[in-house]
Amino acid sequence: MIATALIVFREVLEAALIVGIVSAATRGIPGRGRWIAGGLAAGILGSILVAAGAGLISRLAEGMGQELFNAAILGLAVLMLAWHNIWMTSHGRELAANARRIGADVRSGSSALSVVLIVIGVAVLREGSETVLFLYGIAASGDTGRGAMIAGGLAGIACGVLVGVLLFRGLLRIPLKHFFSVTSALVLLIAAGMAAQAARFLIQADVLPTLANPLWDTSRLISNSSVLGKALTGLVGYDAQPAGMQIAAFVGVLVAIALGMALVRRREGAPSPGGAATSSP
Amino acid sequence: MKRIALVAALALLPAAALAADAEFALTIENHRFTPDRLEIPAGKKVRVTVENKDATPEEFESGPLKVEKVIPGKSKGIVFLGPLKPGEYPFIGEYHESTAKGVVVAK
Repeated sequence: MIATALIVFREVLEAALIVGIVSAATRGIPGRGRWIAGGLAAGILGSILVAAGAGLISRLAEGMGQELFNAAILGLAVLMLAWHNIWMTSHGRELAANARRIGADVRSGSSALSVVLIVIGVAVLREGSETVLFLYGIAASGDTGRGAMIAGGLAGIACGVLVGVLLFRGLLRIPLKHFFSVTSALVLLIAAGMAAQAARFLIQADVLPTLANPLWDTSRLISNSSVLGKALTGLVGYDAQPAGMQIAAFVGVLVAIALGMALVRRREGAPSPGGAATSSP
Repeated sequence: MKRIALVAALALLPAAALAADAEFALTIENHRFTPDRLEIPAGKKVRVTVENKDATPEEFESGPLKVEKVIPGKSKGIVFLGPLKPGEYPFIGEYHESTAKGVVVAK
């Protein structure tokens, strides 16, 4: 039961960290609760569909369907997070300055929120489909004690969600002056990390070369399958034995988004998001 | 010039079949791998077909081999390994970690 709880917890943790950070990062945008809930619901529904269609997906693209599918949804999340961060560069300051005054911005705010819906949906979908398959496997097995194992799985989900909620609450305690700088830095790292994970799946599918593999090995320090390893995978795409291509994808996306943010900031002649906010809502 | 273009086009092809030098097979049954010790040539890319004979899904996972792949119940999945330096590379079935264990030996 404990083993089951731990496996499920590790899967759920990655998604929970992303959902916690993205939810916090959209602070102050009107109506965000509905979009976050929508993303969660879509992600869970999607997980069940993907789990049910796992056999079909695997057979696509000469047996590489699963890898390409994972890379594609991670790529989609990277694009959405990039867009979110660049959008927040110009709007985060207003949001921090006065949550009520942005009524005129509701429309652009809701387009930012549809991005949040997609990001949360994708994060939940990726980890969720594996959790569904795992739990289905237990439920379908004739093992005695599978009731306890399912209970363990549910406990694992609950613990993962709890960590996400605690992270969310913790982030909200950051003073508003620094809030959007912190969340946009976290979102930037998540996006770069997802790009690295997408690269890993493309290497696995034999689409991309490794460019030196592994570049280094820290598996004795923090293994990929440990709870810390999984948390770091969710946050920065941690891999104990990364290939050069994963690092290239990480750095490439990090630089591209940071450049986009810098360009927007320069065009608007505004200081860093949150930097000029003096009043709290 | 034409030949260069053709070579470039071929190089860009994600054609898995072209890239693999040799084929190997693994079977999952009763949440165990057979063989649990798979010898492959070092320095070559190889293609391994993993057949899951169990009714339940399994996730073939290995950090050192850089593979993370769900093999649904009663089906086959393909993984590419290498090119590897000589050595031992452990892998597991993540959903049944206590029994589903194995090692790839690159020689």
